[in-house]
Amino acid sequence: MALETSVIEEKLTDKFGDKVTGYIQLKDIFSFEVDSASMADVMGFLKQDPLLRFNFLTDVCGVHYPDNSIDRQFAVVYHMHNWYDNVRIRFKCFLNGEQPEIETATNHFLSANWQERETYDFYGIIFKGHPQLKRILNMDEMVSFPMRKEFPLEDGGRTDKDDRFFGRKPDNVNNN
Amino acid sequence: MSDLLLPPEHRYAKMIEQRQNEDGSELSILNLGPTHPATHGIFQNILLMDGERIVDGEGTVGYIHRAFEKIAENRPFYQITPLTDRMNYCSSPINNMGWWMTLEKVLDIEVPKRVQYLRVIVMELARIADHIICNSVLGVDTGALTGFLYVFQYREKIYEIYEEICGARLTTNMGRIGGFERDWSPATFKKINDFLEDFPKVWQEFENLLMRNRIFMDRTIDVGPISAEKAISYGFTGPNLRAAGIDYDVRVMQPYSSYEDFEFDIPVGKSGDTYDRFCVRSAEVWESLKIIKQAMDKLPEGPFHANVPDYYLPPKEDVYNNMEALIYHFKIVMGEIPVPKTEVYHAVEGGNGELGFYLITDGSRTPFRLHFRRPCFIYYQAFNDMVRGQMLSDAIATLSSLNVIAGELDA
Repeated sequence: MALETSVIEEKLTDKFGDKVTGYIQLKDIFSFEVDSASMADVMGFLKQDPLLRFNFLTDVCGVHYPDNSIDRQFAVVYHMHNWYDNVRIRFKCFLNGEQPEIETATNHFLSANWQERETYDFYGIIFKGHPQLKRILNMDEMVSFPMRKEFPLEDGGRTDKDDRFFGRKPDNVNNN
Repeated sequence: MSDLLLPPEHRYAKMIEQRQNEDGSELSILNLGPTHPATHGIFQNILLMDGERIVDGEGTVGYIHRAFEKIAENRPFYQITPLTDRMNYCSSPINNMGWWMTLEKVLDIEVPKRVQYLRVIVMELARIADHIICNSVLGVDTGALTGFLYVFQYREKIYEIYEEICGARLTTNMGRIGGFERDWSPATFKKINDFLEDFPKVWQEFENLLMRNRIFMDRTIDVGPISAEKAISYGFTGPNLRAAGIDYDVRVMQPYSSYEDFEFDIPVGKSGDTYDRFCVRSAEVWESLKIIKQAMDKLPEGPFHANVPDYYLPPKEDVYNNMEALIYHFKIVMGEIPVPKTEVYHAVEGGNGELGFYLITDGSRTPFRLHFRRPCFIYYQAFNDMVRGQMLSDAIATLSSLNVIAGELDA
């Protein structure tokens, strides 16, 4: 028997009450929001509950919402997959823009290790309790978090790059 | 000597000192990479060695990071396909098709049956190309160059098929929203049929060369094993997970592009070691050939693209002679296509695992957020666990059989 989304909703509401909200079916995936303080508990429950059995953590990634209020500037998105009933779910934890902090998922899934490092690397989201939270794809000396929306794709003020070598002139209006 | 290279607070320095105090023996540090012929890509492994045995390892990745996710947030949707090419460049059509299917899911586009079958054919060809590379290179890393040179001719044949379809070979940038840019030519089908005829003999010969080869078996059996539980926890997918005995395959679990129409088996291994990974890939090539044959036999007639003028470029002669087509052409090229505000996750079975696209749109001309679930990146973190306590030469074979593609690892 396939696992119904209403069962997931019911079980989570029973257990966590208003910590889990915003249930919605988005295209083919059932999604909801989890209070960031209880993320690890919810994930553990989803994994261990004999009925829910979300045994696989598919994906962890960050999102930056610069237009949201300060409490909801960042989101960490988790995709989980139940292989027994073949059901996917997605849940988001919104985080504070000044101090984005959330518990690590590495206690439940080893695969969260590098994915959380990647999220930290690009968004500066701190995963509390992570065994080795440092940059992974960018160099260690970097000071900014490049996937944040305020970070420009290319720095317009770069001086190490001479535009003449790229067929451009620094002042296109006055040159002909 | 190693204390010259390491800061004293590094965990290796502590381990070296501890061992020195225990029995007076000396551990050494070996840099495997960043550019080493055996790593097949640019990533570094700093190994702590006791003689030839690996005590611990630490991976450094990111040497060819190109910020695809950031670039994707600044590009119209159809300009993101070339970025996906450059992830797993051994099987780029799978990445391309995965991306188009993600967009079609956002836009609720129903794709004609013919397109779905053609996509299946090209994706399975790409899977074969991917497995040819991985398995033959595993042969090279264990000392058998001949098989590699032999089967690579057939990878070339697959690239010629890509060339007929889209004009490119390695980074294909194939397809459009809703289908292909043109119908496949008779020459394409001839090349595919020739391939289906010639390749099985070659692959059989290649299998004979290695599968029951005493030297190869000694080099790969019980090398770099991983248990099923650990593989799941580490987020393994694809052939590497199936080698550990779990029959998880996105093509069967959540069929896309009409995979449910075809009969095929999912080969699984048992012990999750290098030999099982080799055998699973080898068997998957046979399954892929089976799928291509069925798709070729059942290939329906019909249009090669969906009827979606908002997203699919009109034919050139219409653009010059027809006002409506000109407007559509202009809008599509400028990236002004109507995209609803939504979130989707779409997964395809890539060459080495579940390749996922998590796309958030906000109704503008670019994605609000696009995240690639790159199977390599997720399972490569298990590498140190897998080689701990093994010989250096085993680490090379393990790395090779995991099929870590640097482009996908670093995005």
